Parts: sequence; structure tokens; C-alpha cells
Amino acid sequence: MTAKTLFHKIWERHVVTQQPNSPAVLYVDLHLVHEVTSPQAFSGLRNRNLKVRQPSKTVATIDHGVPTRSEDGSKIGRLAFADEMSVRQIRQLEANCDEFGIPLYGMQSENQGIVHVIGPELGLTQPGMTIVCGDSHTATHGAFGALAFGIGSSEVEHVLATQCLLQWQPKTCAVNIEGELSPGVTAKDVILALIRKIGVGGGVGYVFEYRGPAVQAMTMEERMTLCNMTIEAGARAGLVAPDQKTFDYLAGRVFAPKGEEWERSLARWKELVTDEGAVFDHEVTLEVSDLEPVVTFGINPGMSIPVNGKLPDPNTVGDEAQKGGLQKALDYMGLTAGQQLLGHPVDVVFIGSCTNGRISDLRLAATLLKGRKIAPQMRVLVVPGSYSVKRQAEAEGLDQIFKEAGAEWREPGCSMCIAMNGDQLEPGQYAVSTSNRNFEGRQGKGGRTFLASPLTAAATALTGKITDPRTLMQP
Amino acid sequence: MNKFTLLKSRAVLLPLDHVDTDQIIPARFLKVTDKTGLGEKLFSDWRYLPDGSPKPDFVLNKPESRGAAILVAGDNFGCGSSREHAPWALTGFGFRAIISTSFADIFRNNALKNGLLPVVVSPDYYHSLLRRLENEPQSELEIDLGTQTLKVAGEPVAYFPIDDFSKTCLLNGVDELGYLLGLEEQISAYEKSQMAV
Repeated sequence: MTAKTLFHKIWERHVVTQQPNSPAVLYVDLHLVHEVTSPQAFSGLRNRNLKVRQPSKTVATIDHGVPTRSEDGSKIGRLAFADEMSVRQIRQLEANCDEFGIPLYGMQSENQGIVHVIGPELGLTQPGMTIVCGDSHTATHGAFGALAFGIGSSEVEHVLATQCLLQWQPKTCAVNIEGELSPGVTAKDVILALIRKIGVGGGVGYVFEYRGPAVQAMTMEERMTLCNMTIEAGARAGLVAPDQKTFDYLAGRVFAPKGEEWERSLARWKELVTDEGAVFDHEVTLEVSDLEPVVTFGINPGMSIPVNGKLPDPNTVGDEAQKGGLQKALDYMGLTAGQQLLGHPVDVVFIGSCTNGRISDLRLAATLLKGRKIAPQMRVLVVPGSYSVKRQAEAEGLDQIFKEAGAEWREPGCSMCIAMNGDQLEPGQYAVSTSNRNFEGRQGKGGRTFLASPLTAAATALTGKITDPRTLMQP
Repeated sequence: MNKFTLLKSRAVLLPLDHVDTDQIIPARFLKVTDKTGLGEKLFSDWRYLPDGSPKPDFVLNKPESRGAAILVAGDNFGCGSSREHAPWALTGFGFRAIISTSFADIFRNNALKNGLLPVVVSPDYYHSLLRRLENEPQSELEIDLGTQTLKVAGEPVAYFPIDDFSKTCLLNGVDELGYLLGLEEQISAYEKSQMAV
């Protein structure tokens, strides 16, 4: 038998057919839907008089445009804070789900949250599945050994109508994360370091498989952070082979298999490893033992430095395009070549998103914020990734820690990661954000983003300037 | 979907690498429930001043850009978000083809489904094309999908890659959903086989 990669095992099992000179017809096990990229797809179905082929393999939630403010701390009345267009878009999804029979974790649901947070926590996300969503951070679900990737709205329509997608087989890349992380250094720092190493286009055409001791040592939530930002390196999907941690995480979750079905699933999931001797098209290795916390300084996630480092000089890098790109980034960010980021003043800290809005991320931030106050004039938003995360945080008293420190404790949603819901930077403001994109204006027109881990974000919240979290950690 | 066969047009130059879809169409414009009207918002934050008037130095606002249906842009065009609003905004403005040294995967897929042709050229060709168009902005480019060629008078012909399937869809203006719907039998058979597992 030929040795196969994890990717090939999942891929081959999901190819319905492939005709000559045509892409594979790939079957989709789970289709996640949200309000922003789906309305045109549902309209397309209506225009052709089509139904949703498998409503039971489709799950919707509302996350991108949902306000996170709520006067009484409950979810009731949140829509009052939304603009008219967002309300219309949210109502449209409700109507579409109703018409086409799709389960919706909507505004009134106890399970509402960011689509990539609720999939795993409900046990919808399972090893070996193919998972798609009209959202590039669908890569997150790869942490479970599922082939998960973002699609456009036309493809959303294809999957709704046929449960299938036309796909050319991508190439495979082994990403070996070697070594052991030091205290204060997180999965977020690892993925930012990887993107810096290979570039924001370095993964185009590939599916990554994250391997090696540092990946094995990560918790499921850390693996989700790692896989989440795979798309920022240009690769559509990143995989981690499922192991005991994966199975322990899934056991007992709402949609996880039960009883005999669990045993059968487990046996199948344990086969989901890259065979000894299987060949990848490409391989990258990142040594993380000496890694420091990483902060981005520019306008794409590949532009980052160690928190204690200095900014690169456009005159000393690559070709004309790279020089120009770096100078453009420094100009936009109001920074100078050669300067340190450490100590740079910051106006807003955002802790949340599908990258770092899970309970472990909030716990990390709380370790630094506990018993301390955020810097004067600093605005700090803590936005849980889902209601489940919010309930858990409140049960542990994390909300009190955040509020006593002076941070705003919000309702779940994408919030300031994409700034569609009113949570946004003012022009010129600087933010340290635990989200995934520092593109120009991503967090509000004219806003300037430094991406970092929840620890670095919390440390910065306390001092009002970019801070190495290790200097504030208990020894 | 609009057919794509032969395109003759002047080009607009945007020689930046890693142009992300947040720049092509900022997220605040994603609250629409249809595909129309996004051409106005294309590159909004680069194109308009805070008061909403056009920024005179941005390339799309220059008189010579008017009517151009080809965009020439830097490496890894369309990275970031999966929003199909990006090709909707580009086609809404009037672009039918984008020439670059590479495209982000999701953007490329989305573009092809909207009759917007991603034309991949070598870095050498890209740089010589840039020089040529900087000196002679009125030059007409000819993109022939049938022969997969890109021609500019006085320059060598460039061949660009595209898979046969996408090419056929574009040449005939057919969309992929019709093809998928035609595979109903195979899809049903697959579903039955999986239920047995």
C-alpha cells in the first residue's frame, strides 16, 4: 500500500468523481454559513428554483455584523445597536434559514458565536471531515484533522445546491514546528513567526500539515489559533493530525458521536495520520525554542518582529517591490525604519476573534490583568468568541477581572477584527489586537493595527504601550 | 456568467504586491444582499478623500484610466478574505482581466466564476510590461483566451496558463453550478456509499 499523507487520505475519501481535464467533485461534510457571504448564494438558489440539498449538513450563525454592546448585559436587544443594513442582512439570513430549513444559531440562541468558535465547541467539527464556509478563516477547523477551507459566495451556492465543490487537488506542505515554547510565548507567536518566514504568499497552492513536537504539545485551542492564520500565509487549509487531545476535546460535545458510534468514529479517526514514508510536495521547518513574543508592525501579517526587535530598513531589503511595500507600510503605520516597537503608544487593545477569542485566550489575558488596572485613556475591549465562552468566563470570574481592570466586557461576535458592527478604530488610532489581519483600515478606516498574542495584548493594556508580556508575568 | 473570448483594452497600473481584498472592497461595504453597485466602492480607501471626493493622485481617478478593462497589479493579488465582493467590485468598475505574477487561491476561484480573467505572467514579463506601460500608458493590450496569449504591439507574445475546465466555462459563458447539477447521479451514489460506511 502506498504511504499517504493525512491530506491525501481525507481528499481521496471525498472525491465523488473527476472527469478528464476537469476539477474533482469534492463532497462537503459540513457547510457553515454566516450572514455576510450567503445572501447572494440563497438568491441564486431562488433564481434557479433549487433547494438546499443537505440542510442537516449545513449550520448557520450570525457573527460578522452583530453588535457586541448590550445595555443589560444580556443578548436581548443587541440589534438595537446595529445599523440598518446589518439588521437587514441578519434578518435576511434568518429568513433564508427558515425558508430552506437550515439550523441557525441566531440572535436568540445560547450557542451564537463566531462560526469558527462554535463549530468546534458544539462538536460539529470532527476529524476527517471536509468543512467549508464563506470565510477564509475556516482553516481553523483543520486543528481537528479536518480539511477545512474558505470559499466565495458562488461556491457557497454550489454547496447549498449540490453539497459539492469543484476543486483542483492542492499540493501538500509539511510544516515542522520544532522545539519547545518558552513561557510567555504562544501559538499566536508561532504562526506570526511562520508567516514572517515564508511570506504572505508563501503557501499559495498548498495545504499545510503542522507537525512536530511544538504542535503535539499544543492544546486544541492553541492548534486552532495556529491553523486559523494559515490563510495569512496564502495556504487555504492547515491540518493537524488528530490525537488523544483531539478525542478528549470532542468526547461528550453536543454533536460528537455517542456510544457505539463514538467507538466506530474513534477507530476511523485514529487512521488519520500521515503514513511513514509519505511524501510532501514541500517542507518548511520552524525552530521555536528561542522564539520571543511576536508583534506585527506593518500592513500584512508577514510584517512582524520579535517584541524586543527593531524595524527593518527598506534600504536593506530585497527588490524594488519589497522596498516600496515596506516603506508604504512604515508610512501608513507612522513608524520609522530601525526604531523599536517596544514602548510605542497604543490607544486600543482588542482581545477576541476567531484567532484568539476562546476561553484559554481569555484566561491568558486574565492572568496579567488580575488585580491590575489598564493604563489611563486606554480603551480595552474583551469580546468572547461565543456565548459558551462567555458563560464559562463568567463562571470563572474572568469577566470581573476584566471589568475591575477597566476593560469592556462584551457580547460575542467578530467585533473589531473586521469592524463591521460599530466596534472600530478611529482614523489614526493604534491598536494591539489578538485578531488575524493588520491590513490598512481592517479595524476601522485609517486605524493602525499591531497583531499580537493575548498575553502581549494584556500587557500592553496595562502599560498603554507595546510591552513584552514576560516582564509582567509572575516568575 | 459573462463570456470571455478576446479583450482589447488599455490597462491601469497598480504595481503593489499583496493587494488584499480589504483594500479592493473594505468590509463596511459587505452589508449588501446583492452583487450590484460595488464598482463605486472599489479601492474605496485609496480612491476617495475623507469628504468622499476622488483623490486626484490615485490611479483609478486619472483620466487615462477611464474605460480601461485590464488591471496590472503586483504579486499575490487578492490575498486575505474570501469575499466574492472583491471580483464583484472589480467587474462592477469595468475590469475584465487582471495581470499579475500570482493570485491568491480563493480570489482566483472567485474571479473565474465572475468572468474576470486572472492572467499570470512571469516576473520578467511583468516588469517589462510595467516599464512599457509607464512610458506609453495608451498602449493597447490584447488578451486572447482561446490561444492563451497576451499581446502588446512591439513586445514578445506572452502565454498564460489556465486549466481547460475554467477556460471552457469562460469561453462559453457557462457557470460551474450547471455542471455540478448535471452530476446528480454520481453525487447520490456517493451519498449512498457513505451511509453504508
